[in-house]
Amino acid sequence: MTQTLALTGNEAGAAAMRQINPDVVAAYPITPQTELMHAFSKFVADGKVKTELILVESEHSAMSACIGSASAGARTMTATSANGLALMWEVVYIAASLRIPMVMPVVNRALSGPINIHCDHSDTMGCRDSGWLQLFSENSQEAYDNVIQAMRIAEHKDVLLPVMVTWDGFIISHTTERVEILDDGTVKKFIGEYTPERPLLDTDNPVTIGPLDLSDYFFEHKRQQVDGVNNAYQVIKDIGKEYGKLSGRSYGLVEEYQTDDAEMIAVALGSTAGTIKAVVDRLRREGMKVGLLKIRSFRPFPFADVASILRKAKAIAVFDRSIAYGSMGGPLFGEIRSALYGEKEQPPALNYVYGLGGRDINTAQIEGVYQDLEKAIKTNKYQTIKYLGVRE
Amino acid sequence: MAIKLKEIAKRPDLLSGGHRACAGCTAPTVIRQILLVSGKDTVIGFATGCMEVVTTIYPYTAWRIPYIHNAFENAAATISGAETAYRALKKQGKIKKDINFIAMGGDGGTYDIGLQSLSGAMERGHRMLYVCYDNQAYMNTGIQRSGSTPLGAATSTCPAGDAIPGKKQHRKELTSIMVAHGIPYVAQASPHNYRDLMTKVEKSLNCGGPAFMNVIAPCHRGWRVKQMENSIDLARLAVDTCFWPLYEVENGKYKLNYKPKEKKPLIEWLKPQGRFQHLFKEENKHIIDELQASVDRKWEELLKKCGEE
Repeated sequence: MTQTLALTGNEAGAAAMRQINPDVVAAYPITPQTELMHAFSKFVADGKVKTELILVESEHSAMSACIGSASAGARTMTATSANGLALMWEVVYIAASLRIPMVMPVVNRALSGPINIHCDHSDTMGCRDSGWLQLFSENSQEAYDNVIQAMRIAEHKDVLLPVMVTWDGFIISHTTERVEILDDGTVKKFIGEYTPERPLLDTDNPVTIGPLDLSDYFFEHKRQQVDGVNNAYQVIKDIGKEYGKLSGRSYGLVEEYQTDDAEMIAVALGSTAGTIKAVVDRLRREGMKVGLLKIRSFRPFPFADVASILRKAKAIAVFDRSIAYGSMGGPLFGEIRSALYGEKEQPPALNYVYGLGGRDINTAQIEGVYQDLEKAIKTNKYQTIKYLGVRE
Repeated sequence: MAIKLKEIAKRPDLLSGGHRACAGCTAPTVIRQILLVSGKDTVIGFATGCMEVVTTIYPYTAWRIPYIHNAFENAAATISGAETAYRALKKQGKIKKDINFIAMGGDGGTYDIGLQSLSGAMERGHRMLYVCYDNQAYMNTGIQRSGSTPLGAATSTCPAGDAIPGKKQHRKELTSIMVAHGIPYVAQASPHNYRDLMTKVEKSLNCGGPAFMNVIAPCHRGWRVKQMENSIDLARLAVDTCFWPLYEVENGKYKLNYKPKEKKPLIEWLKPQGRFQHLFKEENKHIIDELQASVDRKWEELLKKCGEE
């Protein structure tokens, strides 16, 4: 039976982890991920899962132990935020290059410095080129749904890659929302048994994992990683559809909201997409042709889908909750402009860097962005990169 | 726990020949001695370093047992993950057999960059053996000083210069640090005394928890020794000069495993090594005295702990 509960994002994530029932979980505390592991540790303590918990002495060791565990043949998970992810960085890359299927919720938090505990996306953007898949969640429900789907995506034989599922620190992680939880049996069946291909623990068929890979083979292995990430495009779609049949909530790599006839489209990741939807509803009532393109999968980035949706617009606003210093706008902006290059229609694209270190973004600001787009369409004059909500 | 050498000698070699270690390197000898005891149902993890490089250049591998290399500083954490996976799957009945877990690293990967990972894994109580093959510098990257390099030794980052005569600091007492973790078994060993080393591996794998072994592994390239065939002799001299005592600490109880009939002067070990040659200059002789004093003091302390006074 599906249950409807009031859960925070972290509690929803923990509920998904309980139902996945991984063999091994490694954990190290960092705000705002902590409550996720508190809730999961309680499941372990109460015998609700079969999981062996490794409470390591750092995030670097958390990811290292996960690599050891997954290589041994166990279904493995961990979770982190911000500086914890940064400390893992070296081994985050190794996990992807070893083609380790693993799921790691990352509760988005600003990466130091200055030190700050609140949300932005600088942490996960820091490893956008690590070879992990990255799924962003708009709310607690999506955090739950994404974690469950991520396990299937990671373990799919055409993918075999680690997946990061992200949700915004505090905004989602610590806010109670209505969440539908599938029944345990349904999730268990959906996830299925895990059969690793070449586990370390099969001592009768010994494998060498992580050999030195020099100039004669390294490039080919990197090229295979590209295929794995690209293959995830179809796998994410298929699993999103299959999950929809179970839950009534289907997922793709993007979500379109009122984009069909939209002249002005905002593009965003994470919780801000929800705020933008409220603004779209209000402006639609006033007759403005506005819409939202929410990016769920940042890696792989769905270039063709994005282009086919955005090329119809007359102006685009891209919301970036992180900075890419010295580059042409934020990380999402770069992807969006790149997706549109080569299209016949190239609507003006405006970049809004916002919400750093947990700075609030409100509906009035988002309305202002749509007004900017309106002006850009009328005058063909606009400022390409703006910092929204900062004192300058 | 007695090792039957006759029986062990008949066991298959689990590290194949054809790996690319330097002729005269002692580390593969250490590995072979370990694997003869642990057998084929062993998962081994290596820190980045000489042995990782020479045994696994893709598409080749010298390993006839499951092997994993992750990064430089995390061999202990990686194997702790594999061991946890094993416990999880065994509990579920998905694995039946008993498997040994061994992590290995050089002194750079153990004393220095991997110390936190090692300490954490030992504290958590994983049933695993960590072996440091200690050649007293970062040999793989070109003989840079490490926390294990002895006072006065010349390395590529602390060369014997006109102003500074080699390393300015004493080496870290890693074995003592591991004893302080209160784990069931800690030992120092040397490949020249293979019966002792293999007995210690046997004890480590059967101690029911985490074990640590520090094994001296002379490197003739890094130690600047002309005769590459002398590596094992240098291990023996390190023990006979009491620079590298063979001892074990079993559940907190110290035991000296070998007491030289005649404690040799440290210069017998220093002299054949190019890295210490500058210490024999008149102006540096005080460093040899300081080294000898340090060996004497630590030896006395150890004798006391072992009840050998």
